[in-house]
Amino acid sequence: MLKITVCIGSSCHIKGSRQVVEQLQYLIAKNKLGEKVELGGTFCMGKCQQGVCVTVDDSFHSVSPDTVEEFFAKEILAKV
Amino acid sequence: MRKFDTKVQYLKYKVLREVARLAWDDTLLENILDIPAKLAPGKVPTMRCCVYKERAILGERVKIAMGGDPTNPNVIQVIDIACDECPVGGYEVTNACRGCLAHRCEDVCKFGALSFDHNHVAHIDKSKCKECGACAKVCPYTAIVSRKRPCQNACKVKAISMNEEKAATIDNSKCIRCGACVYQCPFGAITDKSYIVNAIDILKKSERNTCGGGYRVYAVVAPSISSQFSYAKLGQVITGLKKLGFHDVIEAALGADMVAMAEAKELSEKGLLTSSCCPAFVQYIKANFPNLVEHISHNMSPMAVLAKYIKETTPNAKVIFIGPCTAKKAEAQLESVKPYVDTVLTFEELQALFDSRDIEIATLEEGVLDNASYFGRIFARSGGLSDAAAQAMKEQNIDFTIKPVVCDGIEACRMALLKLSKSPAALGGNFIEGMACIGGCIGGAGCLTHGEKNKAEVDKYGREALEKNISDAVSLLK
Repeated sequence: MLKITVCIGSSCHIKGSRQVVEQLQYLIAKNKLGEKVELGGTFCMGKCQQGVCVTVDDSFHSVSPDTVEEFFAKEILAKV
Repeated sequence: MRKFDTKVQYLKYKVLREVARLAWDDTLLENILDIPAKLAPGKVPTMRCCVYKERAILGERVKIAMGGDPTNPNVIQVIDIACDECPVGGYEVTNACRGCLAHRCEDVCKFGALSFDHNHVAHIDKSKCKECGACAKVCPYTAIVSRKRPCQNACKVKAISMNEEKAATIDNSKCIRCGACVYQCPFGAITDKSYIVNAIDILKKSERNTCGGGYRVYAVVAPSISSQFSYAKLGQVITGLKKLGFHDVIEAALGADMVAMAEAKELSEKGLLTSSCCPAFVQYIKANFPNLVEHISHNMSPMAVLAKYIKETTPNAKVIFIGPCTAKKAEAQLESVKPYVDTVLTFEELQALFDSRDIEIATLEEGVLDNASYFGRIFARSGGLSDAAAQAMKEQNIDFTIKPVVCDGIEACRMALLKLSKSPAALGGNFIEGMACIGGCIGGAGCLTHGEKNKAEVDKYGREALEKNISDAVSLLK
C-alpha cells in the first residue's frame, strides 16, 4: 500500500493542489489502483517554495498540475 | 491608528500584553506583582478613586489574564472590586420632569404605572412597570431614564443579578458565555478568562521556536478575522502569526465547509435541525429548552471539525483557535472537543500577543490564507450558515428544500425556539440558524472592533476565495 499525501495548505492550494488531487484521483481510478494506493491530504509540510508538496510514503516530491502525469508514471505506476 | 472600540478593551489589552511579554521571557513569576504599578504608576489616579484601587483591580486583571479563578468553571468572570455598583432601579423619572399637561407618558403606558403628585410630576409604580421603555421614548424632556445596569441590559438570557454588596454576579447555569456583558460593562468589571499564557507556552516549545524537536502548532482562524486588524492586510496578519511560531495558519472556514456538507445531509435525513456552530446558542438550548436538544445538529462546530482533521492527519500537532468568541473558550473545554483544540485566543488577545513580541504586522510582507470556499467564509455573518447549507444541498444533489429561520442574536433565537417548542409548524421553517451575537460572529465579544462595515468585509473576503463551491474546497480532504 502506497500512501500519497498532498499538501492542502494555503500556499500549495494557491499553486493548484486541488487540481493535483483531482488528477491523482482520476489516475488512480483509471489504473484501478484504489486497493493499492491511498490518497490523503495534510496541511503545510514546511516547503512552500517547492509546492505543490506531495509525499509518497516518506519520500518528498514537488509536483504541479502540469507534471502530475509524469509524477504518477514515475513514482506510482512504477512502484505498485 | 485606533485598534479598539473602547478604553476598557485597551486596558485589558495592556494587561494581556504585559503578562505576555513576561511569559515569553520566563520572568512572569518574579515580576507579576509589579505589573499593576507599571500600568498605573500614579500618583494621580486616572480611572478610579485612587491609584491603590486601580492597582488592586489591575492585580485582578492580571490573574484573569493568567487563566482566572480555577474554582469558577465559567470562562466569564466578574471582578467584584471593579464593579462600580451602578444604580439599579429600572425606569425612573428624573428631576427634568416639568410636570407638563400632556402626560404622554401616562397615555402611552399600557400598564397604568404612571401617576402624578400634587406638583404634576410623574412617578412610576414599580409594581406595575414592565420596563418596556415606552414612557421614556415619548417624554418631550427626556426626563425618564433607564437605570438598568449595562451588564443586565446586555445579558438577554438574564444570567446577571446583584448580590448583597450590589456587585454583579453571574448565574453559571444560565450564562451562555457569549460575552455580551464583557463588551458592554463600562467599567470592565466582567471579563473573559485568558489562556494567552498557555498559548505562549505551547508556542515556545514548538518546532519553530526551538529549532527542531518540539511539535507543530497550527492556528485555526475564524473567518471574521477578515473584518479585524483593519489597519493591516490579512496576509500580513498571517505572516505575523508565523513569526509568533505558528507552523501554519488554516481557515476555520474550511471546517465550516465540512460542516455545511454534513449538516445538509443530516437535515435532509431528520427533516428538522438547529445549527450547532455557535457554542453559546447550543448552551442556550441545553439550559432552557431541554426538550429541543434532540434537534441540535450532531456535527461538531467548524473549529472542532477542522481541529480533529488536523490532529488525525498530522502526528504531533497542536491547535490554537483564534476567533471573536468567548464561548469558544468554553467549547474547547468540553470533553468532546478537548482532545482536538489545545487552547483558544480572541482577536483582542492576538493583538496583545503580536505587540508582546513587538511584531508590527502592518510592516510585514503578505502571507497567504486560502483553504475554504466562499460559503465557508460567510459563516462569520448572520445568514451565511443557511446559505451554505442550501448550497451544500444543491452540490450533493439532495432533494430537500431547506427553509431556514435565520436568528440574529440570542433574543431572535429565543423566539424561534419558543415557536419550535410549540410545534414545528409554528416555527415556519425546518432549520434554525442560531447565532448568539447580533450580526453573527462578527459581533463577537472578542473582536477588536465592531462596525457597520464588518459584514461587507466578510462578504468581500468570501468572494476572494479560490474555490467558489463547497465541494471543491472539501474535495481535498478525502
